[in-house]
Amino acid sequence: MSLDTTQRAPGPAGPPAPGAVRPAPPGPRDGRTATGTVLNVFTHGFLLTWAALVVIPLAWCVMSAFKTNDELLSSPWSLPGALRWDNFAEAWTNAEIGRYFFNTVIVVALGTALTLAMGATVSYVVARYAFRGNRLVYFLFVVGMTFPTFLAIVPLFFIAQNLRLADSLPGLAVVYAAYNLPFAVFFLTAYFRTLPTSLSEAAFIDGCGHWGTYLRIMLPLARPGLVSVGIFVVLGQWNQYLLPLILQSSPENYVLAQGLANLAVSQGYAGNWSALFAGLTISIVPVLVVYLSFQRQIQGGMVTGALK
Amino acid sequence: MRAGSLRFVVSALAVPILLYGVLVISPYAQSFYISLTDWNGLSPERTFIGLDNYVRLVRDDVFWISVWHNVIAVLVIPAATLALGLFFATMIHVGRYRARGGGRGVRGAAVYRIVYFFPHLLSIAVVGVLFSTVYDPTESGLLNGALGLVGIEPVNWLGSRDTAYPAMLAVIIWLSVGFYVILFTSAMSSIPADIFEAARLDGASRWQTFWRMTLPLIWDTVQVAGVYLGIHALDMFAIVNVMSAAGGSGGPDNATQVLGNYLYLTAFQNSEFGYATAIGVALLLLTLAFAAASLRLTRRERVEF
Repeated sequence: MSLDTTQRAPGPAGPPAPGAVRPAPPGPRDGRTATGTVLNVFTHGFLLTWAALVVIPLAWCVMSAFKTNDELLSSPWSLPGALRWDNFAEAWTNAEIGRYFFNTVIVVALGTALTLAMGATVSYVVARYAFRGNRLVYFLFVVGMTFPTFLAIVPLFFIAQNLRLADSLPGLAVVYAAYNLPFAVFFLTAYFRTLPTSLSEAAFIDGCGHWGTYLRIMLPLARPGLVSVGIFVVLGQWNQYLLPLILQSSPENYVLAQGLANLAVSQGYAGNWSALFAGLTISIVPVLVVYLSFQRQIQGGMVTGALK
Repeated sequence: MRAGSLRFVVSALAVPILLYGVLVISPYAQSFYISLTDWNGLSPERTFIGLDNYVRLVRDDVFWISVWHNVIAVLVIPAATLALGLFFATMIHVGRYRARGGGRGVRGAAVYRIVYFFPHLLSIAVVGVLFSTVYDPTESGLLNGALGLVGIEPVNWLGSRDTAYPAMLAVIIWLSVGFYVILFTSAMSSIPADIFEAARLDGASRWQTFWRMTLPLIWDTVQVAGVYLGIHALDMFAIVNVMSAAGGSGGPDNATQVLGNYLYLTAFQNSEFGYATAIGVALLLLTLAFAAASLRLTRRERVEF
């Protein structure tokens, strides 16, 4: 469509030949236009197909959340007879999705804050201070990235119980932070190394202490790096399923992913599908809304992080 | 070094290292020893039994089925995701470079980029629950309902041995592709446009342009993406645990069993902690083997631009 206008633009300049023959632009160019249009149709055909594959399951889930059980069992395509908001109320309170939701928010907020605070501190020290064992500390953290978490879960289960970190929300956040440190240290050490040294020199000369220089000068400078790491960490912790599954034993401490999987099993037996779809919608839609509001930053942050 | 440097270093590192040592390093270190014991968690004492767990592992059919499923995932998921990711990224990018004005992009490029990213934001377990309903064996499921429209009988996707595991792999591919489309379009748009202009003037076809120019120029990114996808494909745990029959059994009949889930069941349902940890060590070896193989395969000259 946009192509048509650019091709037509030179048209009026030449004398418009009435009837069959178009004013001939150079041959090869004409050929390219034809294939170009075909390609354009194909391009959009493929791109739209994938977009549909992404959107349809999500939209279907939201639509199903408004249906009654009978409507759900009859046809997947029919529209709900009415907007039944009470499905959501039931999922939120009776099926405890609300509690799981807030549990997840608390754990992810606390876990991310801890990860960033500790990760940035370790990275700054490793990047900027030449002390004995500097390489060892860096290596110790980074090597943690290569180990599969599965290898640790049996001992971790018992360590967390002994330290009373198991089955508690702050405890889970601490465990999340510990397991995210390797990534944070790896990324932020590289980031702190790129910051100019002259600024911290100046701060020292002006009488700033070590902590002061770090917290007041260097940390604010590292903000773009912290934002990038933060987005990754938030998504990763929001996604986490293995650690809560082994650590959170009582249902009041479940996180969303775990609670929903549990609900799927129990509602499957009970045949209460509308509450399940409402629960699914509650776990999907807020994330997408947050994403749509901060879309540019989130995508930018993640892609630059991965490309560097 | 300035005055007080050492004190600062120590005070800054103390808490993170303590936490990391206790919660991460020590479990990893302990697990190697636990894998050599018959610990079942009920009694505090663990008897050292040498390599018995590993001997049992080698003779365990379920273990080998799980390894095979993990290997399939590592081969299929990165290959399919990279192929689809590159394909859609090229579609978006080609449209972009044809719009001569520069950064205008294929029509709706921004919308595609936003929509494609959706699955990446969702928790894998949540996606697993969603797709359990999509794959519902009756016509009330989305997929069987759609097939019903064209007259195909409902398929028991997750309940039959032949379709269960491919159905789960498809879910992982569904949720992975979008991120790589975005990543590759970003990488492609950082290639200077005049290179493409020159190729076009020289009469290169789109096909040639892709294989001889675009792909080599973003090869670094593709490699990193492949390694990252492979490492993640070794962890099919969440999807198998959520989607497989009877609450994460790895069923039907171990047709979807993977090492992560087998380890979880062995440890937390059968309380065989020693044996479970041996499975964990096997998973570590598989991870290292994959890392070594990918390092060897991806060595290649870097193209500067």
